[in-house]
Amino acid sequence: MTNNQYKILSRRFDRNDAHNISVYEADGGYVGLKKVLSHMSREQVIAEVKESGLRGRGGAGFPAGVKWGFVPEDVEDIYFMVNADESEPGTFKDRFLLDYDPHMVIEGSIISSWAVRAKLCVIYIRGEFGWLVDRVQAAVDQAYAAGYLGENIQGSGYTLNMIVHKGAGAYICGEETGLINSVEGRKGQPRLKPPFPAVCGFLDKPTIVNNVETVASVPDIIIDGASEYRKHGTEKSAGTKLFSVSGPVKNPGIHEIPLGLPFNEFFHEWLGGMADGEELKAVIMGGSSVPVLTAEEAMETNLDYESLAEAGTMLGSGGMIIIPERCDMVELIQVLMHFYWDESCGQCTPCREGTGWLHRIVKKLRKGEGTLEDLDLIENVCEGMAGLTICPLSDAAVMPIISFLEKYRPEFEALIQNEKESISSSRWAREIRS
Amino acid sequence: MNDAGSVFTLSPESVAEFDKIVERYPTKASALMPVLWLIQDSAGFISDDAVVWISEKLEVTQARIREVISFYFMYRDTPQAKYKLQVCHNISCHIMKSRSIMTHIEKQLGVKPGVQTGDGMFVLEGVECLGACGMGPVMQVGSHLYEELTIEKVDAIIEGFRSDQPVTPDTDRKLEG
Repeated sequence: MTNNQYKILSRRFDRNDAHNISVYEADGGYVGLKKVLSHMSREQVIAEVKESGLRGRGGAGFPAGVKWGFVPEDVEDIYFMVNADESEPGTFKDRFLLDYDPHMVIEGSIISSWAVRAKLCVIYIRGEFGWLVDRVQAAVDQAYAAGYLGENIQGSGYTLNMIVHKGAGAYICGEETGLINSVEGRKGQPRLKPPFPAVCGFLDKPTIVNNVETVASVPDIIIDGASEYRKHGTEKSAGTKLFSVSGPVKNPGIHEIPLGLPFNEFFHEWLGGMADGEELKAVIMGGSSVPVLTAEEAMETNLDYESLAEAGTMLGSGGMIIIPERCDMVELIQVLMHFYWDESCGQCTPCREGTGWLHRIVKKLRKGEGTLEDLDLIENVCEGMAGLTICPLSDAAVMPIISFLEKYRPEFEALIQNEKESISSSRWAREIRS
Repeated sequence: MNDAGSVFTLSPESVAEFDKIVERYPTKASALMPVLWLIQDSAGFISDDAVVWISEKLEVTQARIREVISFYFMYRDTPQAKYKLQVCHNISCHIMKSRSIMTHIEKQLGVKPGVQTGDGMFVLEGVECLGACGMGPVMQVGSHLYEELTIEKVDAIIEGFRSDQPVTPDTDRKLEG
C-alpha cells in the first residue's frame, strides 16, 4: 500500500496486534466514546456527523447523520445494526476493518448506538467470514470486560448490549430490511418501504442499519471534529474511502484514497498499472452492480460520488474490478447474471423471472444458439425489471448487463453466427410464418 | 413432519451454549439462525429430528425453520463431506482464472462438482463471491479461506487434508499479543 498520508481508516492494517483492546487503547482507542459520554449531547454527536458529510459507505451513499435523525423521539426500544454482510462482488474492505481493527468498528458502533439511543447493537457478519466472527466476538468480550459495553457504560447511565450475528450465505441480507428479517430469524427477504426501518424495523421498532466502514469513520470524526474530516475529499464527497481493488494490476488490495482522486492517477501511481502482459479493457468502479466503464471513460473520471454519477456509473461500495483485454465480456456478464439469478430472493416477479431470463439468454448466446432478437429481448426484459421491485437487486442485475451490451455490443453480435439464418429460425419469425 | 416429540439430543456443552444464545437475543424466534449454526457445527448438518427439537424450544413452526434452512446457502440438511472445497466462481476470481482451479480439483478428486468422493472426504463446490476478490482465486474450506490459489498450492492443500496435516489457511494469520 502506498500513500501513507491518507491511511486513516486503514492506519492499523499493517499491524498484527490491534485486535487487542490494550493496543487499541494505547493508540488512542475508546477516547471518542469517553468524549461523547462525558462531554457531548446526542444532538451534538448527530450534528457533528452531519457536518462531516460522512455518507453511507455500503453503496447507497446516504448521509449517515441524516439517517440517524429519522429515529422518532418518543420511542423506547431502538436498535442499531452494523452491516458486515459484505457480499457485493469485488468488495472486501469491511473484512479488513473487522480483521485488523475490530475495536475501531466496535467503538464506532457504540457511539452510533448511543447517538440514536439504541439498547441493542447487532453486528451482522456474513457467514463466509467465519474466522472473523470469532475475532469480532473476542473483541466484543474484551469491550464488555473493560466497561465499554453492558450496563451503565463508563458510569454514564447508558446501557448497551452487543450481539455478533453470523449470516449463512445470502447476498440479499446486505439490503437493510433483508438484514433485519434475517436477525429476526426469517428468510432475508427485503420489506416494502415505507415504513422505513428508522421508524419501523427490527421487531417493528426503530432500527438504524449502517455499513462497517461508515461506523468505523465515526470515532475520528468525534475526536478530531468534522472540519478535520473534511480536509480530505471534495465538498460533496467528504473524507477518505477504502477501495478494494481486484483484477490483474500490480498492486491489488485495499487502498484508502481521498475522494475526488483522478482514476488515471490512482491507476498508474497507486495500482502501478496492469500486471505484466496485461492490458486494460474496462473498469467496474463500485462493485459488480454498477455500470461498467470502458478504459477510456475510466481514465477521464475522478473517484467521488458526483464524478462517477456524471460518468454514468456509481461509486457504490468502492469494489473496483479491473478487467483486462483478454477477457470476453459476454463470458463475464454470464458469470454476473448467474450470480444475480442465484441470489434473487424470489419475492418479486420481475426479479425472480427476469434474472433467470437474462441468465438463460446470455448462456444461449454463448452456446452459439443466439439470434439478434435475443439482444432486443435482453433490453426488453431489463425494461420490465428496473425500478419495479421491492429492493434494488433487480436493478443491480440490469445495470451491468445493459452497460455491457451498450459498450461491448460487437462482442455479443460476434456470437450470433449467421444473422439471416438466426432471424429465420427465431421464435418471432416462426410466429410470423404460422 | 413429525409431531411425536423430538428424539434429538445435544451435548451438555451445546445445551449451555443454546441457553446463552437464547438469553442474548430479544425474542426466542430471533435466536433461530445462531441455533441452526450451533446444531450444524456440532452435528455436521441439521436433521429432521433437530428441526422438531428447535421448533419446540424456540416456539417457531417447523415450516418456518425449513424455509430458513433452504433460503440460506450455508445451512445443510443432509450429511456433508468432511472437507468442502468451495471455489469462488464470481467475476474477480473468474478474471484471475478460477475456472482452471476448478477443473484441476475436479480432476484431482475424480468427481464432478457437488458429488462427494467415495470416502466421504471431499466435495467440490463452485460458490459466489467470498469477499476476498483482491486475493483471487480463492477457496473456502470450513470457516477459513485459501487465497491466491495456484495448481501447486491446491495440490498441497488437498494432500494436507489427505495426510491429516492441513495447510494453514491464509486467513488464519499469526496474531501478536
